[in-house]
Amino acid sequence: MAVETKLPYDKQYVSQFSEKRGEPNWMKEFRLQALEQSENLPMPKPEKTRIDTWNFTEFNHEVTGAEISNLEELPEQLKVFFDLESKNENVLIQRNHTVAYASLADSLKDKGVIFTDIFTAVKEHSDLVKKYYMRDTLSVDENRLTALHAALLNGGVFIYVPKNVVIDEPLQTIFWQEDEEAALYNHVLIVADQGSEVTYVENYVSHNDEKPSVANIVTEVIALDQARVSYGAVDNFAQGTTTYVNRRGVAYRDAKIEWAIGQMNDGNTISENTTNLMGDNSHAEAKAVTVGRGNQSQNFVANITHFGKGSEGYILSHGVMKDKASSIFSGIGKIEHGASKSNAEQESRVLMLSEGARGDANPILLIDEDDVTAGHAASVGRVDPLQLFYLMSRGISKKEAERLVIHGFLAPVVNQIPIEAVRKQLTNVIERKVN
Amino acid sequence: MAASTLVIKDLHVEIEGKEILKGVNLTINTGEFHAVMGPNGTGKSTLASAIMGHPKYEITKGSVLLNGEDVLEMEVDERAQAGLFLAMQYPSEISGVTNSDFLRSSINALRGEGNEIPLMQFIKEMDAAMDYLEMDKNMAQRYLNEGFSGGEKKRNEILQLMLLKPAIGILDEIDSGLDIDALKVVSKGINKMRNDGFGCLIITHYQRLLEYITPDKVHVMMQGRVVKSGGPELAERLEAEGYEWIKEELGIEDETVGQEA
Ligand SMILES: Nc1ncnc2c1ncn2[C@@H]1O[C@H](COP(=O)(O)OP(=O)(O)O)[C@@H](O)[C@H]1O
Ligand SMILES: [Mg+2]
Repeated sequence: MAVETKLPYDKQYVSQFSEKRGEPNWMKEFRLQALEQSENLPMPKPEKTRIDTWNFTEFNHEVTGAEISNLEELPEQLKVFFDLESKNENVLIQRNHTVAYASLADSLKDKGVIFTDIFTAVKEHSDLVKKYYMRDTLSVDENRLTALHAALLNGGVFIYVPKNVVIDEPLQTIFWQEDEEAALYNHVLIVADQGSEVTYVENYVSHNDEKPSVANIVTEVIALDQARVSYGAVDNFAQGTTTYVNRRGVAYRDAKIEWAIGQMNDGNTISENTTNLMGDNSHAEAKAVTVGRGNQSQNFVANITHFGKGSEGYILSHGVMKDKASSIFSGIGKIEHGASKSNAEQESRVLMLSEGARGDANPILLIDEDDVTAGHAASVGRVDPLQLFYLMSRGISKKEAERLVIHGFLAPVVNQIPIEAVRKQLTNVIERKVN
Repeated sequence: MAASTLVIKDLHVEIEGKEILKGVNLTINTGEFHAVMGPNGTGKSTLASAIMGHPKYEITKGSVLLNGEDVLEMEVDERAQAGLFLAMQYPSEISGVTNSDFLRSSINALRGEGNEIPLMQFIKEMDAAMDYLEMDKNMAQRYLNEGFSGGEKKRNEILQLMLLKPAIGILDEIDSGLDIDALKVVSKGINKMRNDGFGCLIITHYQRLLEYITPDKVHVMMQGRVVKSGGPELAERLEAEGYEWIKEELGIEDETVGQEA
């Protein structure tokens, strides 16, 4: 049975939504054009994953949230994402579709760093946003969901790091869907100007175990010449949320983008992470871990495409599937003609813990240049009963033995994650999902 | 220390439909060291694995009781909780789990919730046992058995034995693949365990190990049964004369499992 994919949000609704937020005209037109396109575009077609019964239409598009004046006011479930011992000077919390809390160190403001919600950004930094928004990394008309994203955008942040500014402390966001039916059309746009450096950490959180909702997320990271962006994310959408998340990056000459993504949603998820290595000697690392449980179905794509000479791409993903969870992992290393001396490496490993769990790893290398190096390793397997026997023979319960094996399986990725806060968060979330 | 008794009675075990053990009888009390000897393929590892609950082995007949409690009804972890320990012939490798995390989890699992070992005490005990076994300290931070040499794995099994202090230890070919120095160290570890609260079943097909560990009782396995038992003098005779005389005495042509007497 195919679910209705037409939405109750029409031209009039979108115009009013845009006007109410005081968006510049170009943004309103951008939305309206995308809305029109969405009607004729096909849904995305993730490899080996059927999405025709997934909910993409049932949700509330606009829900406000109360502001908070202090991180201490957050519920425990959210406090765990912060190290409350440290200063946390650069934080933005979006609660439903309201900015509930926002801070940025004065020293960074003085240097011209922008870290603000997407609506403020389109008003106050209209030209800068317009220059990059949904252009370099992803086009509106890729499929119906990317077009709907543009039409229905209702949250997100914009970060701009000026030339040669190096930010030591991470910028952190929490996108908190406190309301059980609130949908998130969230856009994160990070522009790291030449020679700048920034670390960004984000968390998506929802609590709707049963109520249906939708998350349609686009991230764009633009790393200009010699810039370095370290991007950490731990996704925690609850079971009721269908998630479509596209994280895209483009790295110019000598630039580097490092992704570290914990794909810990409990609902059905399509997650794509693509980096285009445009510049010579550009570099990308895409590291991801996931734990699937319950009946969820997930599709993960990690893609690094090399255009620049001497570019380096490294994909590493490890996933554990429990219960009846199923996941498809595709790793794509693509070297375009002319990208000589490039290197594309990838490794993906899937461990299935139960009879009903399913996993599939598809390593793909597409190489259109002779003078390159490339390699891939992939494995899909069930947990070794002899490992469990060994651990249990020392008095460890079956559950604890599985917990050790899972942590061990994910450790090679978690330990390589460059952002300490993300490593800690991941260890906690893995712990929660394993128990 | 509490006294314990492990009683194995008429144990029959199959693997993949093939009967390997054909009625094993053995009783081990704490305070006693038993050696089970026998050529390769006679069912020694099957006996050890079946007692511990290896998932591949099916018990078709007989019983294993520890202090009167039915071991065969227990889950593997419950067997360990009850006081059994198996040093495996081929210990598993577990990537991503450090040796020390594993040891601490094991100790805490045996001590029970609310009675976890204080971290400093754990480190002290582990360091002392590693020193005793002449193990490199960085083995504590390496992943469990991953990339360990044959000898390192065996030492690591004895390290666990020393720290977990079971009532009954079953050591399956703890001597195989060890050079003479390692053999001495491993034996030293096992001998240190000797006390009234510990009984041991030492499985080996060489007599060599028994030069360093003196067993109280020696049993010979052939064709999936214990065919002869005696005192330490039996091991000495086996060392001097090999197994042929037993085969002749009992009229056995092929001692391996699957051959009829
Ligand atoms: N996994 C297995 N599948 C089939 N046969 C096995 C398996 N493991 C052991 N056996 C058989 O069981 C018999 C006894 O093996 P084992 O108990 O390992 O002997 P030992 O430890 O005395 O050398 C041998 O004939 C061996 O071939
Ligand atoms: Mg054996």
